[in-house]
Amino acid sequence: MNCKQSTDLILPHLEGELDPAQAAELDAHLRGCPQCRASSDEQRQLGAALKTQALRFAAPAKLRLRIAAALEDEAAAESRPRMPTASAPPRRPAYWRPAAMAASLVLAIAASSGMTAYFTLPRQQDTVVQQVVSDHIRSLMAGHLTDVASSDQHTVKPWFHGKLDISPPVDDLKDQGFPLVGGRLDYLDERPVAALVYRHRQHPINVFVMPADAGDQGDGAPRGMESFSERGFNVLHWRQGGMSLWAVSDLNLAELRDFQKLFETGTAQSGS
Amino acid sequence: MVEHERLKRFNDIAVPHMDAAYNLARWLTRNDHDAQDVVQEAYLRAFRFFDGYRGGDARAWILKIVRHTCFTWLARNRPVEIVAASEAEIDEERTLADGEAGGAASGNDPETLLLQRLDAELLTELIGKLPPLYREILVLREIEEMSYRDIAEILELPIGTVMSRLARARQRLQRAWRHSAAARHEQ
Repeated sequence: MNCKQSTDLILPHLEGELDPAQAAELDAHLRGCPQCRASSDEQRQLGAALKTQALRFAAPAKLRLRIAAALEDEAAAESRPRMPTASAPPRRPAYWRPAAMAASLVLAIAASSGMTAYFTLPRQQDTVVQQVVSDHIRSLMAGHLTDVASSDQHTVKPWFHGKLDISPPVDDLKDQGFPLVGGRLDYLDERPVAALVYRHRQHPINVFVMPADAGDQGDGAPRGMESFSERGFNVLHWRQGGMSLWAVSDLNLAELRDFQKLFETGTAQSGS
Repeated sequence: MVEHERLKRFNDIAVPHMDAAYNLARWLTRNDHDAQDVVQEAYLRAFRFFDGYRGGDARAWILKIVRHTCFTWLARNRPVEIVAASEAEIDEERTLADGEAGGAASGNDPETLLLQRLDAELLTELIGKLPPLYREILVLREIEEMSYRDIAEILELPIGTVMSRLARARQRLQRAWRHSAAARHEQ
């Protein structure tokens, strides 16, 4: 056996993985070769030191807290915006909400105390907003803005009958500067939804209407209007009359809010 | 509710291995701050892929995700180290083939380096200087004391490759120790 062969067998020998014949051959070589013997001794010391020295880093307590908070936040985000149908049970019991809020609070504290928080991965809520904007863009690009083109709410509203299990609120807001253009069926959050199309100057507005999240209606704490910005489009989300509504447009946020207010009051007054 | 139960199951399975996850990330990133970021990202990723977990060794499952996250992080933040790793391996093969081997270098008195104590500080320094692929296999085998089979699963390598890479890592470490002892001896 030469020194090169010996070198590759020293570690397996120390770990007891050589068969007896190989082991005997290596031992014979080590007896006659001081350098390989020294090398074997070094490896033995190295192995012992690696096993006995305190080399293991334990996870810091603050990391455990931080991860627990991030996971709770993630779980809450996963279950929040799925928008079950009106008849579906709430996805989360009421006690879950404070837990999620506490989790976000801990995360916010973690972020403000100089630690890096990870917000880069898409959450369910963001996914719905992204879908809203994608639907909006598709409706413009494909030249498929409306299935029923009419500025008459009494034409548009009945058109959805039999196509959806809801009757969307429709009101022509032409006098306020937001004429109704028409309606169509679209697809959002894995379900067919009503899309109402309005226009303000040259800016189309899509309003997506679907049954509201039963859980959010039931816990007595309706969430207010939420606004999002995505790929240069503004998105508003609100609830009215047991329905969940999304408005999306390239209008600036102030004008889109104006539109939302008009839409909500107008449709409430007209009783539709 | 469904998410809450899913989180609870995930916590039961994954949280006990957070020390192992942090230890690996800490050795690969070589600092606490980045290790924490990497472990958090790995845990969020693991939670998202939790449905893909089919039972089996949970520590190996978590560590596989941690090491992926670590190497993604290294590629983004320390690309030189990744390049060094692959080059070092080729380099290693060549020097071994040239016959330098792991034996005591000629002209070096074997007795002298035995004087240098292998304490945690020195070991940390020596391991820290190894390429990440050697560092990680030493951590898994010598510090986490994992079986060859589990390491093979984490690294997605045949067991034979795990054993030969570990042997090379140990020879590298031995050589680094020797150099460090020789340098101290000359001072």
